[in-house]
Amino acid sequence: MTAEIGIIRFPGSNCEWDVARALSALGASTEIIWHGADSVGDVGAVVIPGGFAHGDYLRPGAIARFSPVMRAVADFAEEGGPVLGICNGFQVLTEAGLLPGALTRNVGLRFICRTVECTVESVSSVLTGRGMRGEVLRLPINHYEGNYTCDAATLAGIEAAGQVVLRYRENPNGALHAIAGVANREGNVVGLMPHPERASDPLGVGTDGVVLFESLLVAAEEWQSAGRRSEPAEAAS
Amino acid sequence: MNYDIIVEIRSLAGLADPEGLAIERALPSLGFDGVQGVHVGKVFRFSVEAPTETVARRTAEEMCERLLANPVIEAAEIRVVADSPGVPA
Repeated sequence: MTAEIGIIRFPGSNCEWDVARALSALGASTEIIWHGADSVGDVGAVVIPGGFAHGDYLRPGAIARFSPVMRAVADFAEEGGPVLGICNGFQVLTEAGLLPGALTRNVGLRFICRTVECTVESVSSVLTGRGMRGEVLRLPINHYEGNYTCDAATLAGIEAAGQVVLRYRENPNGALHAIAGVANREGNVVGLMPHPERASDPLGVGTDGVVLFESLLVAAEEWQSAGRRSEPAEAAS
Repeated sequence: MNYDIIVEIRSLAGLADPEGLAIERALPSLGFDGVQGVHVGKVFRFSVEAPTETVARRTAEEMCERLLANPVIEAAEIRVVADSPGVPA
């Protein structure tokens, strides 16, 4: 694959090289983009990696929303470009209003670092397009604030629209409906608490994350070959 | 005019507050029995220059909506103290 993926680095990001390594292993080229940049360039997809952007001050993701690059990421998402947020990146995307809901402290007040099983609930997103509905993936989680929440109307809406893309088989953190990952309505913006980049090497905790990155690369290639700023009618497909 | 403002941020009712619950469970071991409904939040103190109290309050409300609170999970309560000498550092 030849897709080019932009990986955003905030002060406090710490998973950018893990993501770059996992994507490179699949043949993608990667570019680390500093949060002060005002453009994401010609990339086929944007990844916001895990870590503690801006020290998680105020709330995780709350300050990152104001980094200059986030305006470019929002524009890219608005055009239909694939955007993936992992862990802290998921928190950043919810704070930025690019994904519904919020991530709050784990029930039980524990920082959780272990491998959990997640079910692929929907394949109509840039993260799960190559997966199979009902497929179970073993993925590591590593978070203190991964308890997904939203109001009842939003919850009903995202469930009905198939925006819940990954669900824990056993709820580790109290997340509503055991939600591990959600997409926006169009499916081009996705956030998840598990770390697929840490399940992308047989020497690690397995390779169940690979199918997710393959999906992202397919979406990125399609986005790059279709050309940016396609007609609005096409963006919904 | 200078208005001192105190903003209190709390979890929305109905949302889990595991930190408050942990503290509530710790209290009886120190002999504080019968304490209920412990919630942990955040407090912001600042002063705003504004022509009227209404404008000062409106400014604080906008700050809460756009930054200080996440309306998906948090509620903000704003208290305005009129014409004060300013919040001590």
